[in-house]
Amino acid sequence: MTTLLPLPIVLPLLGAALSILAGRSRTAQRVIGITVLTAVMVISAVLLVAVDRDGALVSQAGGWPAPLGITLVADRLTTIMLTVGSVMLLGVLVYAIGQPGAERNHVGFQSVYLILAAGVALSFLTGDLFNLFVAFEMMLTASYVLLTLGGGRNQVRSGMTYVVISLLASALFIAALALIYTATGTVNMADLAGKMSELPPGLRSAFAVLLVVVFGIKAALFPLFFWLPDSYPTAPSAVTAVFAGLLTKVGVYAILRTQTLFFDEGSRPATLLLVMAGATMLAGILGAIAHDDVDRILSFNIVSHIGYMVMGIGLFTAAGTAAGIVYMVHHIVAMTSLFLAAGLIEHVGGSSSLTRLGGMVRTAPIVAVLFLIPALGLAGIPPLSGFVPKLALVDAGLLSDQHLIVGVSLVVSLLTLYSMVKIWSAVFWNPVMEDPEQETHAVGRLGGPPLMVIPAVALILVSLAIAAGVGPLFDLAERAAADLLDPAAYIEAVLG
Amino acid sequence: MTTSLALIAALLFGVGTYLILQHTLSRILIGLALLSHGANVLLMGSGRRGTPPLIGSGDTAGFADPLAQAFALTAIVITFGVSCLLLALAYRSWILTGTDEVEDDVSDRAIARGGPDKEVADEEAWHEVALGPDGASQDTEPASSA
Repeated sequence: MTTLLPLPIVLPLLGAALSILAGRSRTAQRVIGITVLTAVMVISAVLLVAVDRDGALVSQAGGWPAPLGITLVADRLTTIMLTVGSVMLLGVLVYAIGQPGAERNHVGFQSVYLILAAGVALSFLTGDLFNLFVAFEMMLTASYVLLTLGGGRNQVRSGMTYVVISLLASALFIAALALIYTATGTVNMADLAGKMSELPPGLRSAFAVLLVVVFGIKAALFPLFFWLPDSYPTAPSAVTAVFAGLLTKVGVYAILRTQTLFFDEGSRPATLLLVMAGATMLAGILGAIAHDDVDRILSFNIVSHIGYMVMGIGLFTAAGTAAGIVYMVHHIVAMTSLFLAAGLIEHVGGSSSLTRLGGMVRTAPIVAVLFLIPALGLAGIPPLSGFVPKLALVDAGLLSDQHLIVGVSLVVSLLTLYSMVKIWSAVFWNPVMEDPEQETHAVGRLGGPPLMVIPAVALILVSLAIAAGVGPLFDLAERAAADLLDPAAYIEAVLG
Repeated sequence: MTTSLALIAALLFGVGTYLILQHTLSRILIGLALLSHGANVLLMGSGRRGTPPLIGSGDTAGFADPLAQAFALTAIVITFGVSCLLLALAYRSWILTGTDEVEDDVSDRAIARGGPDKEVADEEAWHEVALGPDGASQDTEPASSA
């Protein structure tokens, strides 16, 4: 079973190389992309079942024992994230193939997309802090290219902000790595867990906060989120969907992993994380309310909802962490479906500005449904997928007596509903504004090309499946949370 | 030796941070390069110092820590690649806009002006003000024309 561990990284990288070689035939590239991502999805699901049954799987690259070699570790959290992430990556790839634009016009799209997939998989799987840095760079470099694919003025401007802020975060990450290596003499995460506890408490707290800042930039936490709503909306909608679904979540995953594994109760910055979580929720949702463009409203909603996951982490209880994990799963699927629906809205309406759109409930009823379900799910309306994780978060918050953050999260939920209803009423219900310059595509019965509609439908079915099967999912997340808060099994699996 | 490494890293971080806060793209790029150099120097200083770590060249107890050097090498390669991409982007930006200034977020500016409704009109108006009819920068910062 451990031979499967490197495959989610190696297969996409091989696929990326093949895809470049097959550059003359777009069909061959598509076959490669879809085959590779389907294989990764199946492998991730197999790993999830195996890890949940038998405990964490460890693979030492080149046979060098930890902490000397590079370690790949799959525990429950890793495999949950891998599985959801690969389902989403596959869905969005099919959508990108169906969408006129980025994928058709650029010979490198497929291979860059696969490198992004490999980077994401490596950041989930790695058991080595320096390797996590490399994984982040793989993923980010691919995302720089995807973000600026068109090379238009707006894309270059926002891409610039994105690249500069990511590079800054990387430099900080290297600095943090250097300091941690100086203090402990290791970068293996399991080894660090033990060595970190021998350091003086002040130093440990400093490392904890440094890592929160480094990963907080990637996760778009308040006050480090400003680059996200600026850069994401300018990319093609398929690319934005991947970024929205996965990239920030990789940052959240890194926060969750490092804080729980490296630091004990005394040195974890719990209050700081909770304050940042509350401020992230509020700042994000206020931005969403102020803006007037579908993509921007959704981008601010990403920021806002990162706050919920970090709230779950910041509680540092089994209930809070489990709720945060389920929230991540729900949010990856819901946010991706929303951006896919937003791409369809642009495809049909020719614009993403609320003032220029209207009446789409009649012209494109299927798109309306495709938007409404994840939108209500995001706001946490029962029985959709957002309800249970939100309820669990509130419950966990009340158990820990953190009434303020619970209050903030409830208010923000209501405002999320408002921002979604704002899009809904402007785009779908209001009468069409007559605009002679507006170009609209001819709309078929589906409201878009079948290859764009089918992945959107499929992801919504996945989110409905999450809502229906939330009981078993929650049990799984609780087991994952127990592993995280008591990392003895993880450490023993790696160090033997 | 370690103190001087720490001082160099601190200096590079300070100068890099100052340059990143500037409004000109070329300075931001140089600032980022200096900042990553600072991080790499820090990485170099993180390992044990000693003789070259070659098996058979002497007592292994006196070897320098090769891992820190491997880290720094990896980080340098990655930073090099991303810097190249960034330079290409900066060049593209210069071709498209004719200036070296970092532009503000158009939509944010519209909101700051009190309403997103005229977003597009605002964007066009701003480009006219900032770039002038011939696309040359009329912004007042003198150093940006370099």
